[in-house]
Amino acid sequence: MTALTMPAGPKRDAGLRPVPWRRMAWVTWRQHRAALGGVAVFLGALAVYLWLAGLQIHHAYATACRPTGSIACTINFTGRFGITAIFVSVFLQAAPALIGAFAGAPVLARELESGTFRYAWTQGFGRTRWTVAKLVLLAIAVAAAAGAFSVLYSWYNQPFFAAGYAIPFSTRVFDLHGVAFTAWTLAAFAIGALAGMLIRRVVPAIAATLAVYAGLALATALWLREHYMTPLLTSHPNLPGSAWIVSQWYIKGGNFAFPARGSQIVNALSQLCPGTSDVSSAQCLSRHGYTQWTSYQPGSRFWPFQWIEGGWLLALSVLLIGVTVWLVRRRAT
Amino acid sequence: MNVIETSNLGKRYGGTWALRECTLAIPAGHVAALVGPNGAGKTTLLNLAVGLAEPAAGGVTVLGGLPAGSPAALDGIAFVAQDTPVYQNLSAADMLHLTRNLNRRFDQPYAQARLAELGIPPGRKAGRLSGGQRAQLALTLALARRPRLLVLDEPVAMLDPVARHDFMATVLTAAVDDGVSVVLSTHVLAELERVADYLILLSRGRVQVAGEVDDVLATHRLLTGPAAEADRYTERPVVHVRRAEAQAHLLVRAAADDPVPPGWEAHPVGLEELTLAYLREPGAAALPGPARGRDTQPSEVTR
Repeated sequence: MTALTMPAGPKRDAGLRPVPWRRMAWVTWRQHRAALGGVAVFLGALAVYLWLAGLQIHHAYATACRPTGSIACTINFTGRFGITAIFVSVFLQAAPALIGAFAGAPVLARELESGTFRYAWTQGFGRTRWTVAKLVLLAIAVAAAAGAFSVLYSWYNQPFFAAGYAIPFSTRVFDLHGVAFTAWTLAAFAIGALAGMLIRRVVPAIAATLAVYAGLALATALWLREHYMTPLLTSHPNLPGSAWIVSQWYIKGGNFAFPARGSQIVNALSQLCPGTSDVSSAQCLSRHGYTQWTSYQPGSRFWPFQWIEGGWLLALSVLLIGVTVWLVRRRAT
Repeated sequence: MNVIETSNLGKRYGGTWALRECTLAIPAGHVAALVGPNGAGKTTLLNLAVGLAEPAAGGVTVLGGLPAGSPAALDGIAFVAQDTPVYQNLSAADMLHLTRNLNRRFDQPYAQARLAELGIPPGRKAGRLSGGQRAQLALTLALARRPRLLVLDEPVAMLDPVARHDFMATVLTAAVDDGVSVVLSTHVLAELERVADYLILLSRGRVQVAGEVDDVLATHRLLTGPAAEADRYTERPVVHVRRAEAQAHLLVRAAADDPVPPGWEAHPVGLEELTLAYLREPGAAALPGPARGRDTQPSEVTR
């Protein structure tokens, strides 16, 4: 049935030049344009909302908040937009995880699940280079999209920041401003890629990515971040509003007495000054020779903290992608 | 030149050996059929040869000594995997473009002409092609790379007879007209005689028979005689005994000019019959190289 014959056999090149890297640009785009389009639509829709809402917020801030502490500012600005902005920031906490899970996890899991890796990894391009090219291109694409988005969010959130309604180290600021949002998106993508390679099924890999990401983000916010730099110590009772209080405790006569929270301080108060109100408890303790000490991270450390977090997340992402590539390279079917 | 050469090649999944002590050399210029029951290690052997899997023991080289999976090996070998995987959501034209981008050589005019000849619309998604069309698409992609070796893993298992015939015709055209060496695994024995001129029989992860089909057939005879005497035949190694009422059919390793015992009749054996006999006797081994499991007595199949 085949009247057709192929032209003469291949010329055997002495020096075998590899297939150029740039060819993977089309391949990656063609195979992952749906995922990239999904990320673009997701962030694009949120961006349109932030843009429209941001214009209103900026307008309200400009008209109501001069000076920032005024009653008008509280009513017409923070009162009107504050709650919505908090909901937006909570929702956006999940954005890197969603992007990472839906763009990162299927890259290898779909190939392994559908068996197409047997096609892809036996082409002349070579499976190691194929994996490197895909993961690097996609990582750059999602990180760039996340970076652009976080710039827009910073603009949207700026009035709350200026009004003192949002402090630098709160999750709604720290996680979504600056480089952290980009770095977290990149890390989520890398977690997704590795999960896809290990689990080899798209849906379980997505679920695992979300779970691992949530655990990592939570652990970072609760335990890790406060240790990026040694906290400052002060016995001054009035801290600047932008400070992130790490812990507070009382000392008496140069010795640690009890932490500023918990049952011990309640017991101490009831013994020393029974019947005092909360307001005067500090005075009561001070009268009895107790001094309150505070360790805190000043708001001015916002950018150093951003770069530290961005730095280790970038290193983690590179490591995870490296492990993924290594697994592809040595993988036995 | 040998297109695939293995020495003591072994591959283990978990605790079980999928392939063990496999030593063979498949010379270039053949359509070599790798035959064996399910789980015999056919897919494992092919995966090792195309570099998808790493050996647990021994080694495998391709195309005259290239390490399997090396860039030069990938460049010269086109592989069509079991169930002919293609991206379901890509069109046939996209698959062509994809394969072209992933390889140093790609014969676009050939591929397009093949699609037209097969009646596959370039814009149709691969997921919406029939099984036969999808297999032909995968084969077209492989051949358009102009490989020196075409490796096919169970290419026709899922196809209807017409699609199977068309597919193998394309393979044979490439082999005959363009000198592409072909190694294919199959358990569709009916196709063997028409396509294969080199046979490798694999059983339980070991090679039973390997050689050119003509040589293999020339060194096997089918003896027919009284069933009562079947057990007393000891002149030549017996591969398989088949009893049918009063008569017994013995597949023995013997040349055409070997003397035939009195009361027995000798016939040449067909490829399908020979293959079937070996498949029924996983312990039997022959040709070439050291035979293994010689001490295993052939079991008897009574009909």
